[in-house]
Amino acid sequence: MDLFHVISDAGVRGLRGLKMLAASLQQIDYKLDDVDRRIISATQSGLPLTKRPFDDVAEQVGVSVTDVITRMQQMTDLGIIRRTGVVPNHYKLGFKSNGMSVWQVPEDKIIQLGEKVGALDFVSHCYQRPVFLPEWPYNLFAMVHGTTHEEVKGKVEKISELLAKDDNGHQILFSTRILKKTGLRI
Amino acid sequence: MELHVHDKKIINQLQGGFPLCENPWDELEQTLEIPADEIINRIERMRSEGLLSRFGPMYHAEKMGGGLTLAAIKVDKSRYDEVTEIVNSFSEVAHNYEREHELNMWFVIATESPELIQQVISSIEHKTGLKVYNMPKKHEFFLNLKFEI
Repeated sequence: MDLFHVISDAGVRGLRGLKMLAASLQQIDYKLDDVDRRIISATQSGLPLTKRPFDDVAEQVGVSVTDVITRMQQMTDLGIIRRTGVVPNHYKLGFKSNGMSVWQVPEDKIIQLGEKVGALDFVSHCYQRPVFLPEWPYNLFAMVHGTTHEEVKGKVEKISELLAKDDNGHQILFSTRILKKTGLRI
Repeated sequence: MELHVHDKKIINQLQGGFPLCENPWDELEQTLEIPADEIINRIERMRSEGLLSRFGPMYHAEKMGGGLTLAAIKVDKSRYDEVTEIVNSFSEVAHNYEREHELNMWFVIATESPELIQQVISSIEHKTGLKVYNMPKKHEFFLNLKFEI
């Protein structure tokens, strides 16, 4: 993303946008170094569930615990680490229905509309993606989870009401089978 | 399945952020009003039962210099198993879902560098003889970090 887009992007995002702008600007000069990379490789499959997890990472990496914490905080501020914590398995927790809702919305309003949809508490991911005309006109994707298909359909209806006249067509693609799922979570 | 109220508190609190400090459990004990040992044991149990798929930092692939995309294929029912096997054989394919649509196979490709995405796509197209619809994100909107349970 170039500077112009970073700034115009921040404009529509308000305060959160400003924080992202600050992170993007810092990032222009930021390169991961060897210590960062060693911390990443020691933690990418998870943190140890011990009394002092960062001490254990420090020992493995060969730096001080303060260094580990400082680097991880810095990577978090820069968005390289999205967050640190637990990732629930929606399916196992009873959210058996997973609907990828796809939307055709006006391209010139997509940033504002995407922000609104993404902020809904039942939408876990929201992205603008390329279209393949005429067969695939959907430029906005929103992932919706629920305990049943009916519940997901009801939530998708709420998105449609929110988009109102900007909903130029949508579909829900329910997943019918998990064909592969590796440990990688991004 | 009903989760214990402490399990729910832990999941809801810890999706938002695990403290980056030397004694994270002490801090969580204060916040959650659950003894530190119990928090550790509950996370351990939920992880082994598969209720939690992960405990630790989640890295942002593209910001680390990697490539990431969502791709889809239209697969004829008669070839579905064969094509699944080909697509899944790529280590770069992280997740793959069957979905109800003419585009009925959707998968995430993650590579060490952005340039490798196109190579993987070309190779999948070559091996399956099918067109891969490459749909990398153009913009990421607010990502809900918490999924309240």
